[in-house]
Amino acid sequence: MKLTQGTFSFLPDLTDEQIRSQVEYCLDQGWAVAIEYTDDPHPRNSYWEMFGPPMFDIRDAAGILTELRSCRQTFPNHYIKVNAFDSTHGRESLRLSFIVGRPPKEPGFRLERQEGPGRTVRYTTHAYATDRPEGERY
Amino acid sequence: MNATIDHRQGVGDEGDGRLDLDAALRDSHVGEVLDELDRELVGLAPVKSRIRDIAALLLIDKLRGNLGLTAGAPSLHMSFTGNPGTGKTTVALRMAQILHRLGYVRKGQLTAVTRDDLVGQYIGHTAPKTREVLKRAMGGVLFIDEAYYLYRPENERDYGQEAIEILLQVMENQREDLVVILAGYQDRMNTFFRSNPGLSSRVAHHIEFPDYTSDELLAIAHLMLDGMQYRLSPEADATFREYIELRKERPHFANARSVRNALDRARLRQASRLLSRRGRSVSRDDLITLEAADIRASRIFSAPQGPESPAIPGENAS
Repeated sequence: MKLTQGTFSFLPDLTDEQIRSQVEYCLDQGWAVAIEYTDDPHPRNSYWEMFGPPMFDIRDAAGILTELRSCRQTFPNHYIKVNAFDSTHGRESLRLSFIVGRPPKEPGFRLERQEGPGRTVRYTTHAYATDRPEGERY
Repeated sequence: MNATIDHRQGVGDEGDGRLDLDAALRDSHVGEVLDELDRELVGLAPVKSRIRDIAALLLIDKLRGNLGLTAGAPSLHMSFTGNPGTGKTTVALRMAQILHRLGYVRKGQLTAVTRDDLVGQYIGHTAPKTREVLKRAMGGVLFIDEAYYLYRPENERDYGQEAIEILLQVMENQREDLVVILAGYQDRMNTFFRSNPGLSSRVAHHIEFPDYTSDELLAIAHLMLDGMQYRLSPEADATFREYIELRKERPHFANARSVRNALDRARLRQASRLLSRRGRSVSRDDLITLEAADIRASRIFSAPQGPESPAIPGENAS
């Protein structure tokens, strides 16, 4: 199951050339680009690990792509995303976030039903991958 | 050649496969950059001619590219060697602009670094530090001042070697992403390149910066004063020429940098001269004119000549 989180996630995976153009756009807007990775694909997992600090002083997408390549090399079986942070006063939040790397095989999620008092049912999703400990999931 | 240019075509393409060089030159604004270079940088003939060559090559490459002829990006890594104050940094900054206008580098920023920015202090510190700098420099020009400090032959465990290796790798593989300019004094750069043949062979352009002549130094002084909105009185002009001749014979002469320092000191003296005649009004002319006395007060004119004269520590010679 292909994980769909963030911008562009319903499109086919972006090529490096497309990633470069997107990053170029972010830099042109003056946003700081950061790379993050995780192996916990749950949609509520908002705390991904940072791959190095956000790159505030980079002018050209080539620098980000270099970093992305080294991130992919280090974590070939993790999800990797690119975040663009807008530091403008009053905004100070992410403007763009998209997945740029994913594990070769994505087992997906199962639906869990929990029966509560009075025949209520609570639903939750559970990623198959998270059954195994961190770092051995994919 | 047909004078009309069809602007719907590519740069300088006249449609019949013939290319209009004039139009291409105009479109690229290279001419303006080179003229600016001529106007604002005095002397440096070999440097300018090399920059002209590079500009021409890049322009022709662009035209060839329009016709589908590819030769791969030319290697533009350079080394600037020359004595202190000959304008290496100034030209490097200009180089970033030129390469940007020619479309060779995408952003055109100049990242100036020295050994401290590249080499770490403990094992495992150097590689991330160097990569960080390289990332920042991408899309522009990386200027490594006093590059020979990267290599310390006397200490074989020095981390400089590691920085050089990473640098080499990027210089070779990401040629289109950044241009590296190494700068330093002539003799030490030669030693540096001799001990790092890999680096030397990856640097396509070795440019030497000649020393300035007295006339050129005087012209530089005038340019600097224009920028600071000062001027030399006619007598001061003659005195300053004399000053340059004398200063050149002294140790630690640093070409344009010495000129700048001399002018800064003359400004100090002018200020106290103006303050010392309180009671009289000061005109605009007084405020912008440096008099001969301001320059004549320099120690260069009074210190005894000859090798046994008291050593004046470098730039502090006043």
